[in-house]
Amino acid sequence: MSLIDIRGLTVQFTTDAGPVEAVHGVDFSLEPGEILGLVGESGSGKTVTAFSILRLIRPPGRIVTGSIVFEGQDLVILPESAVRAIRGAKIALVPQSPRTALNPVITIGRQIARLFELHAGMAPSAAWCRGIEALEAVGIPDASRRMRQYAHQLSGGTCQRVMIAMALASAPRLLIADEPTTGLDVSIAARILDLLRDLGQRTDAAIILITHDLGVVAETCHRVAVMHAGQLVETGALDVMLRKPAHPYTQALIRSIPRIDRDIALEPIPGSVPSLLRASPGCRYAGRCPHPMAICTNVKPTLSAIGSDHSVACHAVEAQRANVA
Amino acid sequence: MTEAAASPVSPAVHSRGAEAWRILRRNPVTLAAITIIVVVSVAAALASLIAPFDPNATDPAVALSPPSPHNWLGTDLYGRDQLSRLMYAARLDLLIPFAATLSALAIGALVGALAGYAGRWVDQIIMRAVESVLAFPALVLAMGLTAALGNSIGNIVLTLAITQIPIYIRLIRGEMLRVREMEYAEAARAVGNPAWRIVLVHLLPNCIPPLIVQATLAMGFALLTMAALSFLGLGIRPPDSEWGEMTAEGVGYMVTDEWWLFVFPGLMIMISVLAFNLVGDGLRDFLDPRMRGVRS
Repeated sequence: MSLIDIRGLTVQFTTDAGPVEAVHGVDFSLEPGEILGLVGESGSGKTVTAFSILRLIRPPGRIVTGSIVFEGQDLVILPESAVRAIRGAKIALVPQSPRTALNPVITIGRQIARLFELHAGMAPSAAWCRGIEALEAVGIPDASRRMRQYAHQLSGGTCQRVMIAMALASAPRLLIADEPTTGLDVSIAARILDLLRDLGQRTDAAIILITHDLGVVAETCHRVAVMHAGQLVETGALDVMLRKPAHPYTQALIRSIPRIDRDIALEPIPGSVPSLLRASPGCRYAGRCPHPMAICTNVKPTLSAIGSDHSVACHAVEAQRANVA
Repeated sequence: MTEAAASPVSPAVHSRGAEAWRILRRNPVTLAAITIIVVVSVAAALASLIAPFDPNATDPAVALSPPSPHNWLGTDLYGRDQLSRLMYAARLDLLIPFAATLSALAIGALVGALAGYAGRWVDQIIMRAVESVLAFPALVLAMGLTAALGNSIGNIVLTLAITQIPIYIRLIRGEMLRVREMEYAEAARAVGNPAWRIVLVHLLPNCIPPLIVQATLAMGFALLTMAALSFLGLGIRPPDSEWGEMTAEGVGYMVTDEWWLFVFPGLMIMISVLAFNLVGDGLRDFLDPRMRGVRS
């Protein structure tokens, strides 16, 4: 059984201009120890998907349909108190910007020790000691001094390490890292990724790595899921996705990575993520696709397997396969 | 010796206290205002030790004497020493607004935090109630309340608190709307904290700076309101004495030239209110660097 299995997840936000489906019919699953790269442009619904897993979507947003089965429980219908016991304990989140995710008026130590009090029921003094150990475990030097400091006294990389230490505090089964390397310089980013990878190997926790950087994905992940305008367009094992991407959007994403080893012109993807207000009933990529077909604007393509551990949602791919068969 | 070596090495991190003192030295007005508040508070606290006379001891021999080396600020109709009376009156003049401000602060912060964090219908109900209270001018509301409830000290505290609570509710609600969208609020939710803890432990402390400023300004305003109530006979009444009530007593002597009877109590009200307002301004400058040098 998968650690987490998401089926048909749809999240809607009510806006003044009408409802917006930020995430539409997303399916994917994760095995223990697996690192999944969730990739897509800004506004493609990556973060909303992650927040749905922790059920942190707040009004005006809500999960309309779908199921998120985690260790046999459907998080979508679980009562709030039960979800609260899972948040931070079994599923942990490394937020997008570490500096603003740390409370500016509470010391680092109070924030991290609190987690051990909350989820392990420890006494404050024991929790404080565990906090120091947790900071040391992510390679923060002089941890006992850091514990008494505030977020503004730490560097960006240290803040991110603190966030990861906090996410790991309760040995989660699933770690969601929302763009953990954004805004960090390259060497620190590489160390953060190493840390995540080690963690996956050591504790057998699954990791969802949200990013728009395919370089990060290639270095870290086992599998990749590509999102566009709230829909999952392609998912598969890392090497298949990098070598034989089937969806035109994935192909375009890969072509837009700057390559140092080949002298080819960088190809930006035309257009931008379409407005999800009054989204088309068909494929949401149709407007940007190099070879759209008539069916694309009317019928939503479904995710279907085209190889072992490789699925794609594209009418053109389907038609091609039908011709070959 | 090189210039670099000669210049003292300043520590990289200033303590908050040291920085406050550095800023204070550059703001003599705020420093003076703090000094006034401290002096008045100490005089009130130690009145029984340092007041030259018993404030209620009458002495017909010196009745209505002007300021003199014997009675520094003169005496009233019964020969009571005005300086001593002002010192004892300062107890009520500081404690009542302080109690009112503190309770209004506590209630207003909690209710405002609730409105801001819960949002939706909770917010709607609270804010409509706040607006209906704010629709009355504060002094008119205070007069109405003391007239209706009776003017015991407890009721005056209550009245002053009621006129202040809506201001705090609005202030904290606004701050809460801002901080609840911060990423650390999301992070606090993401680790499974219950809502009450997120509001009280994680968010409220981030709303405190404007609250302190508002409370200091409100102290001055509460003092003024209480003095106005007493002046009108709706607040503190004899034999308790309070600066507004003393001013009211003294006003009767305006035509007969016993000026010290209304000038000194009035002056006490004025400089105390002014001091609280100036400290509030100074605090705002200190807590909010964006406002430094700006005067509203």
